[in-house]
Amino acid sequence: MPTVRWYNNRRVRGVLYQIIVLGGVVALAAYLVDNTLHNLERRSIATGFDFLGREAGFGISETLIDYSPADTYFHALLVGLFNTLKVSIIGIVLATVLGTIAGIARLSRNWLVAQFATFYVETLRNIPVLLQLFFWYALITEALPVPREALNPLPGVFLSARGMRFPEPVWGATHVAMLVALIVGIVAAVILARWARRRQERTGQIFPTGASATALILGLPAIAYIAGGAPTALDMPELRGFNFTGGVVVTPEFAALLIGLVLYTGTFIAEIVRGGILAVSHGQTEAGLALGLSRGLVTRLIVLPQALRVIIPPLTSQYLNLTKNSSLAVAIGFPDLVSVANTAINQTGQAVEGVAIIMAVYLTISLSISAFMNWYNQRIALKGGR
Amino acid sequence: MSDERRLQETPQQIFAREEEPVDGVYPETVQPPRRRFAGALSWARENLFSSVGNALLTVFGLYLLWRILPPLADWTLLQSVWSTDDPAVCKAAEGACWALITQKYRFILFGLYPFEEQWRPALATALFIAAGAITAVPAFWRRALIGLWAGVAVICAILMWGGVFGLPFVENAKWGGLPLTLILAVVGIAAAFPLSIVLALGRRSELPAIRAVCTGFIELIRGVPLISVLFMASVMFPLFLPEGVTIDKLLRALAGIALFTAAYLAEAVRGGLQSIPRGQYEAAEALGLTYWQKTGLIILPQALKISIPPIVNQFISMFKDTSLVIIIGLFDLLTTAKAALSDPPWRPFYIESYLFAALIYWMFSFFMSRYSLYLERRLETGYRR
Repeated sequence: MPTVRWYNNRRVRGVLYQIIVLGGVVALAAYLVDNTLHNLERRSIATGFDFLGREAGFGISETLIDYSPADTYFHALLVGLFNTLKVSIIGIVLATVLGTIAGIARLSRNWLVAQFATFYVETLRNIPVLLQLFFWYALITEALPVPREALNPLPGVFLSARGMRFPEPVWGATHVAMLVALIVGIVAAVILARWARRRQERTGQIFPTGASATALILGLPAIAYIAGGAPTALDMPELRGFNFTGGVVVTPEFAALLIGLVLYTGTFIAEIVRGGILAVSHGQTEAGLALGLSRGLVTRLIVLPQALRVIIPPLTSQYLNLTKNSSLAVAIGFPDLVSVANTAINQTGQAVEGVAIIMAVYLTISLSISAFMNWYNQRIALKGGR
Repeated sequence: MSDERRLQETPQQIFAREEEPVDGVYPETVQPPRRRFAGALSWARENLFSSVGNALLTVFGLYLLWRILPPLADWTLLQSVWSTDDPAVCKAAEGACWALITQKYRFILFGLYPFEEQWRPALATALFIAAGAITAVPAFWRRALIGLWAGVAVICAILMWGGVFGLPFVENAKWGGLPLTLILAVVGIAAAFPLSIVLALGRRSELPAIRAVCTGFIELIRGVPLISVLFMASVMFPLFLPEGVTIDKLLRALAGIALFTAAYLAEAVRGGLQSIPRGQYEAAEALGLTYWQKTGLIILPQALKISIPPIVNQFISMFKDTSLVIIIGLFDLLTTAKAALSDPPWRPFYIESYLFAALIYWMFSFFMSRYSLYLERRLETGYRR
């Protein structure tokens, strides 16, 4: 056996390469950190996360949790985070609905419907989302009238350049009871569905799961509502001075961000849904029909489960994209995490910490969404076999 | 022809083969079943009114078109104002104010670049687009392309900066509009590409430390929004540099975009690497090739070919994402379209300005996405099973 010199040994080389690369990375990091510390010191900028505990001193136009300028930076960032989550979650739900409809519409046998969907997908997909955000924001703030001349499409609903206002129920004990009833209804429906499935597997008897689950989920809150005396008190928006007070408000910033993100992401989801449906061969549908299943059952039991396997992974990355794109809020003034952090950076000068917080939060959100979607994907994946 | 002989045929032979009669009938003479109805009426019946639900949808769609199209035509063409330097004329008109575009298109396209010198960015843009069009034709895919791009890059740099051959010097803080958008996209991807190959190879390396570094970088960048990377480029890069060294905003933005794109491109390249059958790796090793020979001669040429369509898609998405530089204060196409409205009397005509910019973005993205579909079909060589 020929002897190999030690420096030609594959193992030794491998270790050597790794040491060089790691050493390089560490050296680069150390160099950058050293420069940064030096620069910060020279500009007398503080380091560390102490600023989080200090008073923020700036107002935030729209908050889900209580906030005042006297609160801390940490609290302000939390408000921003909640705003990011709010727009992302609503956006993901709406974009999924819109994308699914558009994706199916593109495959419609109705030529006109398919053309509408194609036009929507091919135009909005190819225009930068930020441009779309600017457009919607300008449209809302410029084209809609001032509050004094607000549009009033439905009683109590007002559309103006300051946003949309609609009536809000005066929250009371009955509504809490309804919420509890809703949760109980959902839990009961899930238990019922499991029981019905087991019974069907055992005996073959079919239980009307869909109808009874709907009855549980909608019926229980309705009973709670009536039992609570059916309160109808509404907090109506009212014009006071130059703006409305009362009711629920959807700000122009939030509306523009949501419309832009949903329309843009919807085009990508439409293409994913279309691809997923096309990926299920037509033979599957025919085989299902040949077994005597109804069209609805074929879609639900045969086509959808197979299409979902193709759809879920790219859909996950679209959800991530929407969440990440929600950071464009900073450009139109919606106080999401990035814009709050940006304000904090401008006030404290602590750019490194600010950017680090933004990155850490988004990384956490991204990893959580992927973890959830991976879990869901595994649940619906083919088990065993191949 | 016997079945065995058919099996031995090469694709060329099959293609060139003249059809033989099947059961005494030549395939060409077999007529397709006749369609029951001919012409537009049957088409409408099949595609618009095949069922009650479809008919209702069609009627509703036609109603929508009737409500949308005439006012739209009115606004865009019939009632619009095409040329005036007085915003009040636009204000009085019912339709679109295309005069905003005819007045300000030079600013929207070229930003703050000195007005008399704007033929230079225009020429540079034309060169960029021409080079892109040549690159898009597979028949021209050879080494000379690298030379072409190097030449284009040098000429464009001379045109944009000037300072030689009697061209006045223009600092890059004055660059703007479409040329800047193209520079950000093309230079960004050119810088990202080599890095992405290294990252993709690193992520598939057998050495755990290298794999960890590359995976960590890719996942970190892919997990955060582009804005945060651009923020980092604009506010943190200056802190990273030793005292006295500064790099300008454009270069910092380019570095941020390149790092960001590299992570996404690396995943496209990794997809290509993964679709190379294991046998190719084993065959290369059996020939006694070293890692770099194996990678450079056998694996990468095949893997990159497979990755071309996703790389083009990544380029499209990056082309659109360059618009984010508005947030760190660079004067790209979106910024100029927005800034054209900062003139108060023109402000009400934001739709026209945004539509103009949107149309330019759309044309580039749409043609590139069509091109990527064409490539996907053309490059399909049967690794996918």
